[in-house]
Amino acid sequence: MSKVLMKGNEAIAEAAIRAGCLNYFAYPITPQSEVAEYLSWRMSEVDGVFLQGESEVAVGYMIFGAAGAGVRVFTTSSSPGISLMSEAISYLCGAQLPAVFVNIMRGGPGLGGILPSQADYFQATKGIGHGDCRLLVMAPASVQEVVEMVMTAFPLAEKYRNPVMILGDGLIGQMMEPVEFPDHLKSEPTNKDAWASNGIDFRKGSKRNLVRSLFLDPEKLNDNNLELRAKYERMKREEVRFEAYNTQGEYSVLIVSYGTMSRVCKTAIETLKAEGIEVGLIRPQTLFPYPEIAVREAARKSSCRAVLCIEMSMGQMVEDVERCVQGARPVQWYGKCGGDVPTPEEIIDLVKRTLSPM
Amino acid sequence: MAKTFQRPRAMFEAHTHYCPGCTHGVIHRLVAETIDELEIRGRTVGIAPVGCAVMAYNYIDCDFQEAAHGRAPAMATGIKRVRPDLMVFTYQGDGDLASIGMGEIIHAANRGEKFTTIFVNNAIYGMTGGQMAPTTMPNQRTTTSPFGRKTEEVGMPIRVAELLATLVTPGYITRQAAIGPKYIQKAKRAIRQAFQYQLENRCFSLVEVVSTCPTNWGMTPQEAIHWAEEVLLPYYPLGDLKTPHDQQSKEKSCKAK
Repeated sequence: MSKVLMKGNEAIAEAAIRAGCLNYFAYPITPQSEVAEYLSWRMSEVDGVFLQGESEVAVGYMIFGAAGAGVRVFTTSSSPGISLMSEAISYLCGAQLPAVFVNIMRGGPGLGGILPSQADYFQATKGIGHGDCRLLVMAPASVQEVVEMVMTAFPLAEKYRNPVMILGDGLIGQMMEPVEFPDHLKSEPTNKDAWASNGIDFRKGSKRNLVRSLFLDPEKLNDNNLELRAKYERMKREEVRFEAYNTQGEYSVLIVSYGTMSRVCKTAIETLKAEGIEVGLIRPQTLFPYPEIAVREAARKSSCRAVLCIEMSMGQMVEDVERCVQGARPVQWYGKCGGDVPTPEEIIDLVKRTLSPM
Repeated sequence: MAKTFQRPRAMFEAHTHYCPGCTHGVIHRLVAETIDELEIRGRTVGIAPVGCAVMAYNYIDCDFQEAAHGRAPAMATGIKRVRPDLMVFTYQGDGDLASIGMGEIIHAANRGEKFTTIFVNNAIYGMTGGQMAPTTMPNQRTTTSPFGRKTEEVGMPIRVAELLATLVTPGYITRQAAIGPKYIQKAKRAIRQAFQYQLENRCFSLVEVVSTCPTNWGMTPQEAIHWAEEVLLPYYPLGDLKTPHDQQSKEKSCKAK
């Protein structure tokens, strides 16, 4: 297929259909309502299911019910809406059901604002719901990448029987870029008969399936948590993705940044290069699992004097960067979280100040 | 000699964890008998609530999902929308449905989701140990209304069946009871009717079943039945509030923009 010019939110919607996901439940919220608007007519073209739920709370459980019935299903929302869905996400993790959640982040806390933000990093990677639950979290930096991530998210959710989240800042949903769609994928979880409550008559054998997260026996609950932990550890071994930019040669500063923010950093890096200042960039494409080794090794390069974590939050990912660098280099945070994206000039200035003698 | 009464196929041979005098076991049986009679076990998915019936799947033998508190109607919506060929029922208590899950049941009913809800109303929270519910009667003592429900502070009990019957869309709304053989026979007919409507893909259906909770009411099973008849039934009258037959004719069509 040739390239088309599409708004991020609409590309997300189309990518899900091409990933074979024909079931969508959602509640409107800025800045991602275009996904629902697009799918409200597009789903009927492909005999899919579109339903606008009465709240994000209800939508979370519509996702649960549909996932439990063994179909591909997804929803999209933005920060306050994801907070409301986080209860259901915990239940999905506990019951080991696959589903895809897209969070097009806006500023917080509370109602915050409707402009782009990356302030749900902690929520997505460390505290999505009660209990020991984790999401596989992917962070796109372009419309093309969000399409590819949406399409890989479904098979990954099914591989792990765990929800996957696409964590994009508001710009990813709102900007228009040329995009090319990969081929269609198969449309159903291939392993569903082992766990889905999709009707005994519709499976081989006569065993019934229970979709549940309640384990009153302490040993059984511990066993379930060990099973979940083993999956999260496997994600760490098999699913880490990142981009290394300008890290082949020597560099005096390493930037760690993701999403739209990383693109601004690349512009700054190119300008600095022209001035003779080399800066490397690690851009995590998965936020959980985190590219721990890549960040650690890039920071420890002998030419590297400092590490900058630049994000559209008040300092969230920087805690992971510090954890990875393990004190080998000074780590500094820079960011904004009102809706304005830090400019290349701000980053250039920051790098120069970092390198100037005290 | 032919058997005239036996355990339904859709029910496990198991002792329930329910208290003496509790009506959940009876209502479970009515659901299981219906599943047998309609021969739908292999394509039925039940949704267990948070409440005493959280482990209903230990007694009713079909596919099950376990809900978060109050969210069963949203889950049933999710299943039924993506698999309309499945038979889906939620089994919910009054804390689950009438308190934390009120939003979900109203909207599922109003969309006319074609699943069936069995709503067990015993006027109290059971599993958490007898706290006040939205259905608790005026002056009824519970662990969170030790001096009796004060209606000037928390209002009068909610009549769920009547409330849902004010909506234009839902098809079959009825209130029954499980507090004696004559009531149970009628409740059975209503539950079967509700599943039948779903089988015909006709409408949303809800059967409210007035029940007892001797343990948390602080009564013997016998006293509980008397109290239900004397106090609950006058406030929660039995019978059909809405059927698919009396639905179409009453509403004038709305003007579209």
